[in-house]
This record gives sequence, C-alpha cells and structure tokens, in this order.
Amino acid sequence: MFQVRFHGRGGQGVVTAAELLASAAFREDRYAQAFPSFGSERMGAPVLSFCRIDDKPIRTREPVTEPDALLIQDPTLLHQAGIVGGLRPDGYVLVNSTRGVDDLGLAELEEQHHVGRLLAVPATSLAVADLGRPLPGAPMLGGFAALTKAVSLDALLAAIAERFGDRPRVAAGNSAAARAAFDFVTDELKTVTRHA
Amino acid sequence: MRKQIEGSRAVAETVALCRPQVICAYPITPQTHIVEALGAMVKKGELNAEFLNVESEFAAMSVAIGASAAGARAYTATASQGLLYMSEAVYNAAGLGLPSVMTVANRTIGAPINIWNDHSDAMSQRDAGWIQLYAETNQEAADLQIQAFRIAEELSSPVMVCMDGFLLTHASERVDLPTQAQVDAFLPPYEPRQVLDPHDPVSIGAMVGPEAFTEVRYLAFERMRQALEVIPAVEADFGAQFGRGSGGLLKLYRTDDADLIVVALGSVLGPVKDAIDELRDGGVKAGALGITTFRPFPAEAVRVALGDDSRLRRLVVLERSLAPGAGGVVTGDLRAALATGDGGPPNTIIHTVIAGLGGRPVTRDSLRHMITSAEQGVLPEFSFLDLDRHLVDGELTRIRATRRSGPSAENILRHLAGRT
Repeated sequence: MFQVRFHGRGGQGVVTAAELLASAAFREDRYAQAFPSFGSERMGAPVLSFCRIDDKPIRTREPVTEPDALLIQDPTLLHQAGIVGGLRPDGYVLVNSTRGVDDLGLAELEEQHHVGRLLAVPATSLAVADLGRPLPGAPMLGGFAALTKAVSLDALLAAIAERFGDRPRVAAGNSAAARAAFDFVTDELKTVTRHA
Repeated sequence: MRKQIEGSRAVAETVALCRPQVICAYPITPQTHIVEALGAMVKKGELNAEFLNVESEFAAMSVAIGASAAGARAYTATASQGLLYMSEAVYNAAGLGLPSVMTVANRTIGAPINIWNDHSDAMSQRDAGWIQLYAETNQEAADLQIQAFRIAEELSSPVMVCMDGFLLTHASERVDLPTQAQVDAFLPPYEPRQVLDPHDPVSIGAMVGPEAFTEVRYLAFERMRQALEVIPAVEADFGAQFGRGSGGLLKLYRTDDADLIVVALGSVLGPVKDAIDELRDGGVKAGALGITTFRPFPAEAVRVALGDDSRLRRLVVLERSLAPGAGGVVTGDLRAALATGDGGPPNTIIHTVIAGLGGRPVTRDSLRHMITSAEQGVLPEFSFLDLDRHLVDGELTRIRATRRSGPSAENILRHLAGRT
C-alpha cells in the first residue's frame, strides 16, 4: 500500500488533490481511498487530507500516520511541529516552493532521506501561469507523479479532465500546470542524479 | 458502472436512481453533501422530484410523512442533533406505517458539541420502530438505499440507512453504481397500502385509546418480525440481480473456527478485518460478526451464527456509542439474544469495548491490542478503547478537591493543551 498525506491550508484544494490522486490511481485499475482530515475547516487554517493506493480493496480508515509521501502545498507549514511525522525512511517529500530544498532549511531532512526523494516544485507559480489562480493542487500532483511514479501523468491528466469536465478552461489550465510540474520535476531529478 | 467517488455522492446518485418523488432536507454536517447533490440534480432537471428546503429537521420528517401518506416515495437524510430534533416525527412515521427512507450520516450527539462520527444518533432512535441498516463500505451504503426502498414499501415501514459520517460520507472510494434499468427492474413503483386520495377519502392518524392501542402497537412488533424474513429475501434478490453481496441481517468473517469474535456495526468492520487477518497470521483464531440489520435485532440469526459451540469463546462487542449507566447498547441486545431458549452457549464470555467516540480513529494497532488482550484473558468486561486515563484522573481529582471545579470539558481541554 502506498500512503500519501497532503498538508495545506483551507481553500488551497488539498481535499480535491487527494481525490484527484485517488481517481488517477483508479484509472490504472488500482484501489484507492481519499479522505479529508474531517475538521471544522476554515479558509487559511492548516488542513490535511490523505490518499491510499493499493492493489487490493482498502479496509483501513484511520488517518495516514506513516506516509510514503508527503505533499506540502504551503511552504509556510514546513516548520510546523510534526509535519514530517511518521514519514517512512525511504519516503518522498514534495514541497510547493520557488526556492530549492537547500534554501528551505530542509538539509537535515534531506540527509535522512535518499537523494532525489525530497524536492521543491513551484506549484503556485505554475498554477498562476497556466490556470490564472494560485491553486497548487494539480501541479503538485504532476510533480508527485514524476517524483514517485505512483501514478502516471496520463492517468492524472485524465482524472483532471473528468473532475473539471464541466469547466473546460479550468480543466485545460490544471492539466497544463500539472504537465509543466511533471516536466520540472523530471528535469530536477536528472540534475539531482547527476550530482549524486 | 464503477467509479471512484465520494460516499455522499454515490449515495445521492443511487437515491436518484430509486426515483424518489419527494426529497425534503435540512442541512447538517456530515450529511449535507448528500442532499446538496440531490438538490442540484433536481434543479438541473436530471431528477424529476419535488425538492423541499424545510425550516428544520422536524419539518423534514413531517414532510416525508405527508408525502408518503399522499402516495409519494419520500426520502430525507440527517445526522446527530438533526435526528434528535425530528425524533417525535420519526416515531410518528413508524407508528403510522409510512415507508420513507432516511440516510443517517452517523455523528455523535452533544454535549460536548462535536461534529464527528459515532453511532449515538441512530442508537438513540433504535426503538422508534424504524428498520435500521448499517453500511460497512460506500458500496454497501449505496446498495442499501435501493434495498431500503424495497424493504420499506414491501412492509410499509420506514427504513434508516446508517453510514458513518466522514469515514464513509467524505471518503472517495471505488463504488459500482447500477444503471437506471437495473434499479427499475429491482424496485417497482411505490404501491401504497394507505393513501390520502380526494376521490376515496380516508383519515390517517386516528387517536387510539386504551381499548386498541396495544393491538395497533402489536402490529408494529409483527411488522418487525416480518422484516426479519423480508430483509434476507431482498438481500438474496439483490445479490442475484446486481451480482454482489450487500445488506442482509449479519456478516460473518472467519468465524468458523474462531475462539474470539469481534461484534461490530458499520465501517469499523474494515479495520477489524485487517486486524483479524494480521492476528490469524500469528495463530490467533479470531473472527468478526458484523450486524448489518440492527433493528429488528436478528436474535435468531445471531444464535445460529454463534452456534451452540461448547468451546470457551469470547465475544468482544465494539460499541460505537455509550449508554451511560448501562454500558453498551449492542451488548445488551446480544446478551438477550444468546440467553433465550435453552440458555445459550454457556462458555461464552462477553466483553464490551466502547470505541471511536466523537471521531476518535479506531486504529488497527488498538484493535490488535484489544483482541490480544481478550485472547490473553486480561481485557476487562467493560472498557474504553484508547482511553486517556491520565486526563480522566486529572479531572476526577479536581472534582474531588473542590466544589466549584468548573466545566469538565473545558478543564480537560486546558489540561490537554498544557501538555504540549
């Protein structure tokens, strides 16, 4: 089972992002479960959502406490206590930031993890460029697909197209931003691997 | 058609396929997504139904009663305080024998105010005369809606479909949604047993005095007895037509050779099964008994399922609500079921574990620990899963130390905040 925890702020689409990931995995004929952290959520307050992907039906319903991947949609949450809590030793971390991992003060975390498993992607900038709104969910997932290969870009784009099927411009913008983030992370991984 | 879909949405789409003619609703978390989706379908013209926004849950149930009495297929959904607020009308719907269907997105009841899941709401209405079905997954939550209309209309009795709030309503998972043709073939149009018709006037809702009240109530008892036959028949027919098992009275999981059986209702059965599989790999003979139909309580089916095995066995009843002063609601019914006739299995030890109150996650680790403790004979007869004894003792000490100890909920929260 591959377990993902999303961290963001109310209004940034963390719940939608978890559902899109589940939908992408479903398209690849896998079982998936997505759910929010069930708080009385408010715009701007820290929020969590979760996604599990497996090859068999998923029966557990507890929050993800030992994630294989963390998607941090808001870099201001990075230094919140416990944000990387339970992350598996070989787990992935993707941070939404225009700054590199070294500039984010994540050197210590990077040391604990394998090279190429901790990356930053400018998801908000990509969303503003392609979608016209600062909603980082789709590009974060594009970056996630490149980083973890847990789902394919094609499945993700299909999930986005279905989700925003009644709003073609939103669908196109999110797809373009997801693709751009996928390419960005693919390039980053080449660089990281070269330097390793 | 298989979809990756939010539980509430799956339920709304399935309810729409059941062709309800009147939908009345008042929003309350975590039920709201269901009626929002149905409202949108009516507005877009995808669903031909009368959608009524009402001023309270009391009105929602009253509209369902009125619509049902006028011969319409009526649907509503609620949760928690909303269910309590409509309680008088809930009893009336059953007493009058009017077959509406209501989804309860299970949420606890305050105080303390809490929006999260447990079964306190539905359990509070267990004797209202409604059939109560509990869903384990979103697939079952959707399937039970279809079965509920069929059972309700066949018996002329309202049916409550209980699905865990948030855990199911807000979870996106794989659900196989039927086609309109499949549902139409399974669920015939509503043929009311009693109807308000200007061309053939009757009155419904007579005052009945001591001379006949007992007899009318006896019929409610009799209807529930019939339900114990209708529910498995509908389950079997559903299985034949839709090709999957959903509903029915009970679910058995690895009980054949089990020395220890966890009894539970609703979505917690998923993690219970996970814990059982894991412990079985380590040689613990554990199984689970899921109660899908809680009202009527399937006492006979429970007796058959648990058999007259002479081995020493432990039953661990996982209660998702608390009956202060008594313990657990389900345990009481289970004990009564096992004690009838020749006295029931003499070698059975029953434990009650209150778990997952107000949204506390019921984790696999805790369940594994609970089962292991029972197996080793150290699980108390009555306990709370994952109770923070230190927090409780702190407040008990305060209460003993001073008369004006203040509000307990606030004290406990302050104590908790002081830890970090």
